[in-house]
Amino acid sequence: MNSSYAVPAVALVVVATVLVGAFGLRISRTTSDFYVASRTVGPRLNAAAISGEYLSAASFLGIAGLVLVQGPDMLWYPVGYTAGYLVLLLFVAAPLRRSGAYTLPDFAEARLASQAVRRLAGAFVVGVGWLYLLPQLQGAGLTLQVLTGAPDSLGGVIVAVVVVATVAAGGMRSITFVQAFQYWLKLTALLVPALFLILAWQGDGAPSHAFEEPATFREQRVVRVGDSLDVKLDRPLTVTVDGTVDGRTHTDTALRLRAGTHHIDAGTRLTFAAGDPVPEADRRSDAGLSPSQAESRGERPLYATYGLILATFLGTMGLPHVVVRFYTSPHGVAARRTTVAVLGLIGAFYLLPPVYGALGRLYAPELTLTGDADAAVLLLPDRVIGGLGGDLLGALVAGGAFAAFLSTASGLTMAVAGVLTQDVLPSRGVRHFRLGTVIAMAVPLAASALVGGLPVADAVGLAFAVSASSFCPLLVLGIWWRRLTPPGAAAGMLVGGGSALVAVAATMAGFPGSGALHALLAWPALWSVPLGFLTMVLVSLATPGKVPAGTAAILARFHLPEELRTEVKA
Amino acid sequence: MSGFLAGLCVAILPLLAAGFWLGRRTARPENLGGLGTPVEHATFETLHTASLAAPPLRAGLTEETARKSARRLRTLLGTDALCLTDQERVLVWDGVGGHHRDEIMKRLAGPLETGRGEAFPLTCDALDCTVSWAVVAPLTVDDRVHGALVACAPRESAVLVRAAGEVARWVSVQLELADLDQSRTRLIEAEIKALRAQISPHFIFNSLAVIASFVRTDPERARELLLEFADFTRYSFRRHGDFTTLADELHAIDHYLALVRARFGDRLSVTLQIAPEVLPVTLPFLCLQPLVENAVKHGLEGKSDKCHIQITAQDAGAEALVVIEDDGAGMDPSVLHRILAGEVSPSGGIGLSNVDDRLRQVYGDDYGLVIETAVGAGMRITARLPKYQPGVH
Repeated sequence: MNSSYAVPAVALVVVATVLVGAFGLRISRTTSDFYVASRTVGPRLNAAAISGEYLSAASFLGIAGLVLVQGPDMLWYPVGYTAGYLVLLLFVAAPLRRSGAYTLPDFAEARLASQAVRRLAGAFVVGVGWLYLLPQLQGAGLTLQVLTGAPDSLGGVIVAVVVVATVAAGGMRSITFVQAFQYWLKLTALLVPALFLILAWQGDGAPSHAFEEPATFREQRVVRVGDSLDVKLDRPLTVTVDGTVDGRTHTDTALRLRAGTHHIDAGTRLTFAAGDPVPEADRRSDAGLSPSQAESRGERPLYATYGLILATFLGTMGLPHVVVRFYTSPHGVAARRTTVAVLGLIGAFYLLPPVYGALGRLYAPELTLTGDADAAVLLLPDRVIGGLGGDLLGALVAGGAFAAFLSTASGLTMAVAGVLTQDVLPSRGVRHFRLGTVIAMAVPLAASALVGGLPVADAVGLAFAVSASSFCPLLVLGIWWRRLTPPGAAAGMLVGGGSALVAVAATMAGFPGSGALHALLAWPALWSVPLGFLTMVLVSLATPGKVPAGTAAILARFHLPEELRTEVKA
Repeated sequence: MSGFLAGLCVAILPLLAAGFWLGRRTARPENLGGLGTPVEHATFETLHTASLAAPPLRAGLTEETARKSARRLRTLLGTDALCLTDQERVLVWDGVGGHHRDEIMKRLAGPLETGRGEAFPLTCDALDCTVSWAVVAPLTVDDRVHGALVACAPRESAVLVRAAGEVARWVSVQLELADLDQSRTRLIEAEIKALRAQISPHFIFNSLAVIASFVRTDPERARELLLEFADFTRYSFRRHGDFTTLADELHAIDHYLALVRARFGDRLSVTLQIAPEVLPVTLPFLCLQPLVENAVKHGLEGKSDKCHIQITAQDAGAEALVVIEDDGAGMDPSVLHRILAGEVSPSGGIGLSNVDDRLRQVYGDDYGLVIETAVGAGMRITARLPKYQPGVH
């Protein structure tokens, strides 16, 4: 892919983000008019900001990649990512805003008046934040590698440095405007190329074949295999091989592969003829690297789908960078309106990645072999349209992808650094916030170098699972159940969230098991969320003496509209 | 496999960190055995037990605090049974012989009245009862008897009488401290009530005078100003709640400035730079308006030409940063220091020290005002407001 346009586009996004962050406030609200100055952030602007912060690398690159590799079952991802806000709207948005809490630990303290629960919630915020940052950095590395051929980790380092620099330097001051800008940038960066792609597809005679059929090469295609892998063939296939297949080295020889499994070494180039079916890649044999969750998904599709649905539906409310944005709403009703607008904006955005996935299956099917399926969105404009137009559209997509990494990563870093400075580091202050920022970013950066590449959307799914098992019980029971006690909340978070965290860590570390156990660990939400709820309820019922003293008043504040509250006080 | 191990390390890291933190939180100086002679060791043990018994009592003498401290106190005295009472009933009975509660309460009437200690034998029908003798030591705060500490033993012992007296005196000191804590809280509450909503009387006179001057020449303007005045006073005199939002406080400042502008005309200009994210922040009622009033006073004081005031509110993570800046006469930092220390009373208005005091009371000592000034160099006041603080809503 031609990088002469893409690199400036990425640089432009980075510079624009820094500039809008540093000067946006100055431009937007310097005035002598109080009416203008003291207008709160409206629901629509706030919703765009939330969406901008929320739509991460997983949404921008990951979904298209998964649809490309595994077909329409993966549409549950965009559905789940969106529907999480419906749950948030119904059960959490307004009471959370009325609680006055800025972060999740604040909420725990406001509801349960317990420093211990506050600290535990803080620990989980840090855990979820790190889990969520990891795929952002990996996605950035992948993007830069596809664009320029730079080493895998460079993109992650660039994103880390930019985010730490802007956050620690007190940039991102007018963060609402930056994030709202990022949403529209991301939408444009996907929408415009998508329109052109669809036009090109129409011009191509609108070829289509069912998703269930195996993908085929539409023209002669040379594929370079990045990591060694096994391919499974249903029928015999003739390919031209330059490299090592099944332990034997070939140089540009046509080789007839029999039906069955063949081992292809890293660096091998395979040339497929037009009309050949794309062989099914099987990465099980990769020692050390994380096995894709695809395997267990293939074996137990129903369990995996329900696990995904539960994690994404209930996990959104516990994402630290989403929660803090609700504080910007002036009152509970505005928080609800904001959530409705978020549903609309995110729903609109999620119509696009599946388009890329479907077109990718037609035009770039070899990505399933090379293991770079997440790069489909970046490669398609060049592949389908080509020429200068393709380069420009590719540059636009690359810029949008970087906007996705930057906005989500900076939001998460702020949230994690905030918790680290407030609850972990010894004293408060600006210097400690900077230190917190560095720690918040250094850990996932180190982890992304150590842990092998998990598909971006899958890795984000794991962060959702932990959030759903720890914060969903805390928020839902904290808001709707009077008998919740601090020991109950702590036990529920520890058991539910802790077990999910262990399962996630085992999956990411490439836990070598297989079969049922692996599926249980790879999709923990289905058992860990009920476990978290159950523990919280049972321990709370067992410690009835520890219900915080002001519970009735606190719940009244959560649920009464603000106007009524002042009357009650007066 | 190396990837697996590395990943495992990454996964375990947070768990280790959590464990370390938990360990540090729960660490107790248990390991004193290696230090010093047996006598010194015993002293350490005693002091340690006493220090563990103290915190609950600092919350006053109630059933719960008595329950929490009774076991430690019994360890301290080394008796079979220990009981804490208030004036009417037994709060807690720790150890054996709980059936003596009523008898003890009957015998306590005297000591609770006089405040003098007493020792007496117990009558008991139960054969297996090991306590037959009780020492009563009253707990007094400010010469008032709040309750009594009763230690029971199998036989008479002068040592126990003496020890019980000493422990009772120590408990009394803790209760006195609790009393002190309570009165300090009450004082703070009273202070907050007294501090809030004192708008300057000068401001009322001046505003009414300005409005009066417009009544003939520009009745429409006078009407508008009266409405501004009404809005501002309604906000200042409101009764409910000690807290307000930054948005409401800014509106009050707007009404205030409209009245001031009517008086000084073009001499005063104001610029605002407000991050909309921080408008919902909750803060103590009327704690920014005095700062603006102060800036207006200093900006126009002793200067015939124009004055510019800049009000900035920034979003800074978990805090909002409010800066109020004027280019007026400024102040000698040493004078300012004395005003803030309460040695000199400022001329009129609520004053900076009041705002400083209230911010410190609500948010803690880290959150006082930061004032940068010098003679002739204007003044810049920075207030940091946490977005969330328990109890502030």
